[in-house]
Amino acid sequence: MTGVFLALLKGVPVALAVTGLAFLIGAVLGIPLVLMRRARSWLPRLIARIYIDVMRGIPPVVWLFIIFFGLGSGIIALSPFRAAVLGMGLISAAYLAEIYRGGFLTLPAGQNAAAVALGLTRLDTLRYVLAPQVLRVSVAPMATFLVSLLKDTTVASTIGVRDVMMLVTQQAQAAGGGFAPFIAAAVLYILLSIPVAVLARTMDARMRGRIAA
Amino acid sequence: MSELLANWADWLPQLWKGLLISLQLTGAALAAGLPLGLALALLTSARTPWLKWPAIALVEVGRGAPALVVLQMVYYGLPSAGINVSAFVSGALALALTTGAYTSEILRAGINAVPRGEVEAGHALGMTPGDVLRFVVIPQGVVFAVPALMGFAILIFQATALTFTIAIPELLARAYRIGAATYLYLDVLILAGLVYLAITIPFGWLVNRAARRLGSHLG
Repeated sequence: MTGVFLALLKGVPVALAVTGLAFLIGAVLGIPLVLMRRARSWLPRLIARIYIDVMRGIPPVVWLFIIFFGLGSGIIALSPFRAAVLGMGLISAAYLAEIYRGGFLTLPAGQNAAAVALGLTRLDTLRYVLAPQVLRVSVAPMATFLVSLLKDTTVASTIGVRDVMMLVTQQAQAAGGGFAPFIAAAVLYILLSIPVAVLARTMDARMRGRIAA
Repeated sequence: MSELLANWADWLPQLWKGLLISLQLTGAALAAGLPLGLALALLTSARTPWLKWPAIALVEVGRGAPALVVLQMVYYGLPSAGINVSAFVSGALALALTTGAYTSEILRAGINAVPRGEVEAGHALGMTPGDVLRFVVIPQGVVFAVPALMGFAILIFQATALTFTIAIPELLARAYRIGAATYLYLDVLILAGLVYLAITIPFGWLVNRAARRLGSHLG
């Protein structure tokens, strides 16, 4: 069992890299997406809405297949790793935009009114008043999303990314079945998610102290 | 464009058969997983430690382990334990375990939302604790949980796509097979994506409607 566990550890850097890079792409792309979703004119709102619904409505493994096998057969050939990062990143953008939107909804309307009264431009209001507070209330749900993203990136193994999931399948086939490799993998994923959960809780407590009531 | 549409028309019957299997898997996972979730929800709130802690452990492991790991564990593990079942049963069982772990938390929140006064009123009427649970707490708690449970049903429907890794001929597996045969991966996978959307988007509207209706009912 310890031997299996150590073998699985070799897949951890790849699993973490896919998760981390996808999260980064999602966190950045989620910003224009949430601004479009909250825009005054209907066209950007509609585009953002469709993007979010379509990305979230199709299973992640299907997206990875569309990118890796679909686009890969002739249009743009990506390595399995890049396809997984791109696919999971584009999906994350949809989820994180919705998390940011939830953050905007928690802000009291007086914040915006006060900024207008002070003569701040719309951009300055967003930059100095709204965005910092949205980020703070979003920390906890973002961390929860990061944990679920770590688990969802196991599907990258289906397009050939050599992550923990790929190694566990190999271990199981070498051992001729059995529960042990999978239990080791489950334990490993739970151990990986604990630091994020703890960090989220402490960050959330600190950030919540810095939001205007 | 017309060639694409002609191909889609050709492939749709195949994908339709796959969709039916995906929906059957979803139904089986929910039918077995929801009672498990309710049992776990009640056990994790139990006062007896030897009932409570194993249930908590099961919920935490079931939620912490990726669905793909659970799926492969059941599929590769059961035969080596001397239990031989079809891939469909393995897949349904694995998804039911995941469903049980996740829905137990949803149901527990629903049960906790039942006002304390209702329980006290039940006791005051001379109902046994079991009857209070059965006739007062569970029926209302489950209703509170309905929108979140419907939202989870969408996730488990999407998770059935993972069962192509254990050779169940569901929607994604059939789309991939057509792609391998025609080399038109992009066209067929996009069609498969649209079929998934045809289920998840309308069902998502239903979830929102249920949440609004329940909200107005509670308000």
